Amino acid sequence: MKMLLSGNEAIAYGAYAAGVKVATGYLGTPSMEILENLVKYDEVDASWSPNEKVALEVGIGASMGGARALVAMKHVGVNVAADPLFTLAYTGVNGGLVLVSADDPAMHSSQNEQDNRHYARSAKVPMLEPSDSEEAAWLVDEGFKISERFDIPVLLRTTTRVNHSRSLVDVNIERRKREAKLERDVEKYVMIPAHARQRREILEQRLAALAGYSEEFPGNRIEWVSRDIGFITSGISYQYVREAFPEASILKLTMTYPPPGRLITDFIRQLERVIVVEELDPFIEDQIRAWGLPVIGKQLIPGIGELNLETIRAVLDDGKSNYYEGREEDDLPVRPPVLCAGCPHRGVFYILRKTGLMVAGDIGCHTLGVLPPLESMDTCLCMGASIGNAMGLQKVTGRKDVVAVIGDSTFVHSGITPLIDIVYNRGMTTVLILDNRTTAVTGRQSHPGTGVTLRRKEGRQLDFEKLVKAIGVKSVRVVDPYDLETVHTAVKEETEKDEPSVIIFKRACVLVDEVKSEPLMVTDTCDGCKECIWLGCPALSWGEERARIDPSRCPGCGICIQVCKKEAIVKYEQPDKGAGI
Amino acid sequence: MGVETKNILIVGVGGQGIISATDILAQVLVSTEYDVKVSEAHGMSQGGGSVNTMVRFGNKVYSPVIEKGQADYMLAFEKLEALRWSNFLKPGSTVIMNDEIIKPLPVLLGKAKYPDDIEERIRRRVTNLVTIDAGNLAESVGSRRAANIVLLACLATFMPVPKDVWYACIERRVPPKAVEVSKSAFDMGYEFL
Repeated sequence: MKMLLSGNEAIAYGAYAAGVKVATGYLGTPSMEILENLVKYDEVDASWSPNEKVALEVGIGASMGGARALVAMKHVGVNVAADPLFTLAYTGVNGGLVLVSADDPAMHSSQNEQDNRHYARSAKVPMLEPSDSEEAAWLVDEGFKISERFDIPVLLRTTTRVNHSRSLVDVNIERRKREAKLERDVEKYVMIPAHARQRREILEQRLAALAGYSEEFPGNRIEWVSRDIGFITSGISYQYVREAFPEASILKLTMTYPPPGRLITDFIRQLERVIVVEELDPFIEDQIRAWGLPVIGKQLIPGIGELNLETIRAVLDDGKSNYYEGREEDDLPVRPPVLCAGCPHRGVFYILRKTGLMVAGDIGCHTLGVLPPLESMDTCLCMGASIGNAMGLQKVTGRKDVVAVIGDSTFVHSGITPLIDIVYNRGMTTVLILDNRTTAVTGRQSHPGTGVTLRRKEGRQLDFEKLVKAIGVKSVRVVDPYDLETVHTAVKEETEKDEPSVIIFKRACVLVDEVKSEPLMVTDTCDGCKECIWLGCPALSWGEERARIDPSRCPGCGICIQVCKKEAIVKYEQPDKGAGI
Repeated sequence: MGVETKNILIVGVGGQGIISATDILAQVLVSTEYDVKVSEAHGMSQGGGSVNTMVRFGNKVYSPVIEKGQADYMLAFEKLEALRWSNFLKPGSTVIMNDEIIKPLPVLLGKAKYPDDIEERIRRRVTNLVTIDAGNLAESVGSRRAANIVLLACLATFMPVPKDVWYACIERRVPPKAVEVSKSAFDMGYEFL
């Protein structure tokens, strides 16, 4: 039966069919739907890990135990997991291990667009790149076979357009039955230098064998049409090239590391002109150039952002291209994402803006606090960076009023060790944990702080207050972020102290736990000071002379009531009862 | 060569039911045995950002993404988003636009003006512009939340698929208690044109 599946659904399905036993990962767009779909199968032990390094280490343990393991993360997550990955190439696997790296060219929802294909070469592991959902499902299965045959982890590298596009997949495959056999082999799994030196040699032998296999791998194939022009391409770029140039020959690479050298050489020698089309870096092109073969690549193909049909057509535009050059409507108001009406982060950022503190921010919904009108963030680099950044800033500026702002899920991911640093080295930074009881930005997934597992079962809940006290933070407060006066007092008092402190702003995300209050409205008392408008609430707008509240969008959180100096905001009454809106 | 690939662009604002409308459309097209591809862009869309989905169908579809100037149909859930994405329209294409305004933050803050010439500017590109008040039509059959189904039904009149297939896909996608309202909303949109 053919089903329309997203790349992520197809990877989950492919992993299930391949008999995967253990699946781990950490959230991040565009990767999280892989585990969210795998957990639907009872036979698969699927769980969120606190971060990507832990996810991979658990996956490696499962592989050592003889089971097939899938580990999924976004591209920047592989940076976090890189430490175990590089040595895993040495030890190799017992049960097959596939690591999915979901890259995000064009940064739809990321802080950078690093090209993770480089990890395959530097970690010395084979890499497969699907160009649609059908191939994604197939390559998971192939990945496990390659992993076990060559005793090596396999990198399955996708991009947002593969993860989040849907195409037809044949779903008749039955789940493979496998038996996990534990293997105790200290020379293979205990990487003391003496053992690692042996495994280093063996790794090169395995890579040489893989290079041979890449020549015959059915995913690396030539579609012969013209003998004048040919393209070498992989992943989503293949779809663009195939559509834009039906007359051209294409060498479609699916195993892009190690690349099939003979196949590529033969292809290039039989064509007048060969163009390498790949998103981001010249990964394939550089390897071909190193062999001294003539190809065209990044001198024509952009290396920044996503490719698309327009860019690829432009490469060979002979004037016959009939595509309509749609002019942009470029004078329109932008529509940036905003903190939701009722978001518990809003009051904290309103106060931070008032107090003028220096704010080191982190990854999550709260990063929107950098945008107007709240505009109260000075840095945002990567997961967990806020706390270390704040400490460094405080060392140099000497200011006690440098604060770190971090969400609950991100704090668990990588905020704990930098907090230990602040305590250990006697910093004075105040850390604000915006604990909204979920991983809101990626679609409200659970994490250790919620105590609920991926399978929606009860896990053991991490207690932030006890944790930070155990680390040695003496000044710890738990504050309701809807109570602006308390927020203000807490921030003011804690930042004046000569010691590290933590304020936990605890209130569930408005999308998780809907505020049950009545909506609010603005009365005639409004004098048009616009103070409430500075909250940036999507339920509040500026009318002709005074603020307005859209009752259909207002969850009645009451933050605006607290900032109004004229007491003009009250509970909503039907207009026919006399009050104006 | 068989049927030329058709391109449908669906645009609007997070929370308007665009993803479920896209799902239903895609399932309907799959049942016709066309090749179908769907692309979704929804990074931080739950925060009220701009959302778009692209649906392509035909004998063989390669790219999941529609090229600028190549959309045959645009289903716009919000007027400003209709204009924002109008550069994807092919000359001679059809636009179905919900008569709803959702002001983005710069407009709410009074820092930008919501354009008042949206229909005019879209008509400069295409002649087939249908404006429909889907929210009120959906409310008249039971729930404003079914506005997405009203809009989808307008598009359905242009698709090569019988009505019962649409009903079947709606039944599979919406919660059981919303099935009847959704079907009525579908009829409302289907008869609108």
